[in-house]
Amino acid sequence: MRISLFIACYNDLLFPETGKSLVRLMERLGHTVAFPREQTCCGQMHYNTGYQREAMPLMRQFVETFQDAEVVCIPSSSCVAMMRDHYPKMAASTGDARLVDAVNALLPRVFEFSELLVNKLGVEDVGAYYPHRVTYHASCHSLRSLQLGDLPLRLLRKVRGIDLVELPHADRCCGFGGTFAVKNGDVSAAMLAEKMRDVEDTGAEVCAAVDNSCLMHIHGGLHQQGVGIRTVHLAEILASTEEETAR
Amino acid sequence: MTIRVGDSVKAPSFQKAALPLLNDAQLRKNVRHATEVIQRKRDMVAGELPDWQALREAAAAIKRKTLRHLDEYLEQFEAACLAAGGHVHWARDAEEANRLVLELVRQQNAHEVLKIKTMTADETGLNRALEQAGIRPHETDLAELIVQLGEDRPSHIVVPALHKNRSQVREIFREKMQRPELGESPQDLTEAARQYLREKFLRVKTAIGGANFLIAETGGVCIVESEGNGRMCLTLPETLILMAGVEKVIPRFQDLEVFLQLLPRSATGERMNPYNSIWTGVHAGDGPRSFHVVLIDNGRTGILADEEARQTLQCIRCGACLNACPVYRQTGGHAYGSTYGGPIGAILTPQLQNMEHAQSLPYASSLCGACYEVCPVKINIPEVLIHLRGRVVREQQSPLKPEALGMKAVAAVFRSHRRLEAAQRLAQMAQAPLVKDGWIHRLPGELSAWTAARDLQAIPKQSFRQWWKETHRDGE
Repeated sequence: MRISLFIACYNDLLFPETGKSLVRLMERLGHTVAFPREQTCCGQMHYNTGYQREAMPLMRQFVETFQDAEVVCIPSSSCVAMMRDHYPKMAASTGDARLVDAVNALLPRVFEFSELLVNKLGVEDVGAYYPHRVTYHASCHSLRSLQLGDLPLRLLRKVRGIDLVELPHADRCCGFGGTFAVKNGDVSAAMLAEKMRDVEDTGAEVCAAVDNSCLMHIHGGLHQQGVGIRTVHLAEILASTEEETAR
Repeated sequence: MTIRVGDSVKAPSFQKAALPLLNDAQLRKNVRHATEVIQRKRDMVAGELPDWQALREAAAAIKRKTLRHLDEYLEQFEAACLAAGGHVHWARDAEEANRLVLELVRQQNAHEVLKIKTMTADETGLNRALEQAGIRPHETDLAELIVQLGEDRPSHIVVPALHKNRSQVREIFREKMQRPELGESPQDLTEAARQYLREKFLRVKTAIGGANFLIAETGGVCIVESEGNGRMCLTLPETLILMAGVEKVIPRFQDLEVFLQLLPRSATGERMNPYNSIWTGVHAGDGPRSFHVVLIDNGRTGILADEEARQTLQCIRCGACLNACPVYRQTGGHAYGSTYGGPIGAILTPQLQNMEHAQSLPYASSLCGACYEVCPVKINIPEVLIHLRGRVVREQQSPLKPEALGMKAVAAVFRSHRRLEAAQRLAQMAQAPLVKDGWIHRLPGELSAWTAARDLQAIPKQSFRQWWKETHRDGE
């Protein structure tokens, strides 16, 4: 399959390893990855903070860039949620029937990373090897908007060498919430403190998720506390193989 | 018009109000404990109904239909209530509602009144209006009584004294009921409240309450409660005055089938409320001789006019969104500076007050969606929060605010991939003075709120698109 990658703006700049891992994994599974250079941002930050007008051209740009894609893969569940929850309404509000049609035609081909693997490509065992103690943080958008359920966990359970431990209160928000972490920094930090305690209690070396945004928040808090737990995107675990680890 | 939601006009921003609460370890412990207990019970009893999702759908549909024809259902309710021997009064705002109630109380020459727990009276500031007129209100809901005696404010829609634990309640009772010997077992405390209240139930002849549902078809008012103190107020006094927001109307008696399954399960984790009362007008030899319903707008028709936010009025005040909210969990209800706290308060308060006040409330959420998931009438609270944020940005805030300028600049960068590529290179270079050992420990300006509790990993030397360009020359 020819997979068009929408990397998400913050992954592009801050977490390039996630994108590289995703490309490596998909190519290993026999697929082709395309990266349309015209892509930028889905508009989520603007939209959710109240700058909905500013988000509008970003939606148009996404649609124009990806409308001919066979499938679009996005390693960020909150961006997918932004598109599914808000693009149809945003498009309708423009009164532009062509845009409405384009959004409706494109959205069924847009997949979050773990959705694409399990639901579209039909794989759970991707041949990964990751000899670490890992806990999985289910981001709010992956859980309540995309309703991913246990898709990411099904992928993780098939990884060889992994010691997967359950995160308590897995459905509780880590306190990131985009600009919430800055606008309500103190409340956000109190939420983060609880999440960090839960992560530490698992004894995991690594905390994984399908959203680097939550992980940036959790890792940032852990690092400031001097806790040596790493955070990685699911794609990086699934891209790891025995050969690579041996190298 | 004097639209009022408790004291929220004078309330500080959510951010400011949250700070002292975050530092109150006892309060946070009380809130965490109480919300966890209620939520566990709620999850259990909601989970045991196989048609829970269908019930939520039905409730939302009934509410949406009612709101579309609100004028007709209200007039139908009025006619039915009148036919049953009751009286209906219409109040445009908080001031008018309080004035109407005061007049009714004065007609009875009453100097004290019983109160059944009612959010709407708290919204209009009725107790203060009564006290200023020399009339003493006695709260009879146990938690409201604790709040009243403690000269405190309610912090939860259903459990107003949720922020207090047992020993704190005992201290209040010891002092205000002059019972220095009082123990702190639940039996001791309820016994004390019972003795304190019984005397008032038998003496005071006027009661003021609220409504869970107004039934248009029959003119009946449905009130659900756990303690039976509400039932006392409904049956013993000679005059009964019920205050209700106009959105409380439902079309048919049969609709209660849906709501009386959803409300107790969502509110207190009970399958059924211990006391379910429906009062319809007056009846010779039974209950109050004079029955009044005050229908209150106080900003609600303004919400009705906003198509995207109208669903706010579907709320049945169960409080499930408060118990599920990770933000409320940290601060409790007082941070919201309003009668209505938690996620529903964050959308209701700013709308009732026409967005002039409480502009910080739509931002008091991480948009995690836990509220929407538990809402028995399917109010998409995150969606309304985002809509209201848009209204704050477009209607209230200066377009020259640094945040607005920054957002516009970032949007301009995102409109072109070439600008984005240039901005990436700039960020990679410009961060240098802030980076130490691969991490940023202190960010400037408003972003310092991030680094107060979190480090930020430095921006890698090569972005994904730079790597792609280097490794996939043949690609797109």
